[in-house]
Amino acid sequence: MNTHNEPILKIRCENVSKTFIQKGNQEVPVIRNVSLDVYENEFLVVLGPGQCGKSTLLKIIAGLEMPDTGFVTLDGEPVTGPGPDRGLVFQSYMLFAWKTVRDNVELGLKLRNVPANERREIAQHYINMVGLQGFEKHYPHQLSGGMKQRVGIARAYANSPKVMLLDEPFGQLDAQTRMFMQKETTRIWEQEKRTVIFVTNNIDEALFLGDRIILMEGKLPGTIKTEYKVDLPRPREHTSMELLQMRAMITDNTELVL
Amino acid sequence: MAYKEVEVKQPLMLTILPYVSIIAFFALWELVVQTGFIPDTLLAAPSTVVKTFIVKLHDINPDGATMGTHAWTSIQEAFLGYALSLLIGIPLGLCMGWFKVVEGLCRPIFELIRPIPPIAWIPLTVFWFGIGLTGKVFIIWIAGIVPCVINSWVGVRMTNPTLIQMARTYGASDWQIFTQLCIPSALPMVFGALQLALTYCWTNLVGAELLAADSGLGYLITMGGRVARPDIVVLGMICVGVSGAIIGFVIDQVEKKLLAGIRR
Repeated sequence: MNTHNEPILKIRCENVSKTFIQKGNQEVPVIRNVSLDVYENEFLVVLGPGQCGKSTLLKIIAGLEMPDTGFVTLDGEPVTGPGPDRGLVFQSYMLFAWKTVRDNVELGLKLRNVPANERREIAQHYINMVGLQGFEKHYPHQLSGGMKQRVGIARAYANSPKVMLLDEPFGQLDAQTRMFMQKETTRIWEQEKRTVIFVTNNIDEALFLGDRIILMEGKLPGTIKTEYKVDLPRPREHTSMELLQMRAMITDNTELVL
Repeated sequence: MAYKEVEVKQPLMLTILPYVSIIAFFALWELVVQTGFIPDTLLAAPSTVVKTFIVKLHDINPDGATMGTHAWTSIQEAFLGYALSLLIGIPLGLCMGWFKVVEGLCRPIFELIRPIPPIAWIPLTVFWFGIGLTGKVFIIWIAGIVPCVINSWVGVRMTNPTLIQMARTYGASDWQIFTQLCIPSALPMVFGALQLALTYCWTNLVGAELLAADSGLGYLITMGGRVARPDIVVLGMICVGVSGAIIGFVIDQVEKKLLAGIRR
């Protein structure tokens, strides 16, 4: 009856562990016993320093890696491989260098044989949404880093995934562009609500964006240290009192400084 | 201002250098032959070669064909062999890069054939095809297919693995990843193969024309040797060199046009 208030479970990670085998049969445990629930239209941030297994966790949710123990479900169905219901945005953009912005955004639609005119319409909608109108015929090498990542985000959205997975998407951007892209991310998310899992090593970014922050332990194997609810209205200010207070709290709890 | 001066001067020097070296090379060559330092029975002076070239444009003596016929014969042979090596080598190499089964089947045989110099095939070629055009095309095909296979193969293998993962998250099938991602991203390497294969084909032309022939630039060189005419030998060599360079240049331009979007 009150489904509007009850959060709907979208993704569940249950006891997920993963160990990589390195050269010389050396075992490197990357994540251990991670359990995590993500709810519909929630903006979840996974925060942790480099080498804490957070990207691996995201790849397992994306279906690109299989967990050694435990499982991941999406809408109650177990994840057995990558699929268009989860849109992944990469730190290094991963655009097709030989395709225009429009063709890059149309990628997922084209792979699913959506008719050309429909494809074009959907792509244009998301190109406009990320503010790239006028650049449809540009090639990636003609764009700045921030613009490339906009293409990456538009491409993921255009495929209408149930969940957006973003793997340190602004890690290669300069500080100015990064803050601007964070504002844009908030705007886009409020415009087209999706369940988002956003991986970052930046506390400010996590607080600026997230409804909830999962803080990872700063060493391998990755485990969840604690989680924070960020109950602040959007758009947020990086310098607001509440944000700075939470930032101090999180900083006390990790080795991350920034 | 000083900064600007350096910027202008440097390229000018560098544009002149190649011309200086070419002119100096031919001048020195002319000099050593004219002065008799090297007798003209051993090496023809550039001026003699130019004269022979003009004569050979219409005179079929002493080798039985005019310059035009020689060039045309060679171009036909080389392009047939070249086209065949591209048509077979590139698809084969691309498939070897993506399909493990194709790689497993073809790689051992390919690795065995690869180190054999193309002209070593001449005797077998004579047994199989006799002494006609087919045999010569076969030798040139053998020469050209090696770089085609290797470059296309490596090009596909070098596809960014994260890009492949990305495509998988969009639900791309193996075949879609191969055709829409691996092949386009292998294109710069494949174009490298076009250049390399052309060089291999063209340089093996002389070898292929060791097979009984009645015209062709390689044949012209061989005949020039037989009738002890160094000017004809040098003329043949220069023609092979110059036309090879021209074709290479054309392919380079086509490549630049086609790959404008890929090269960053």
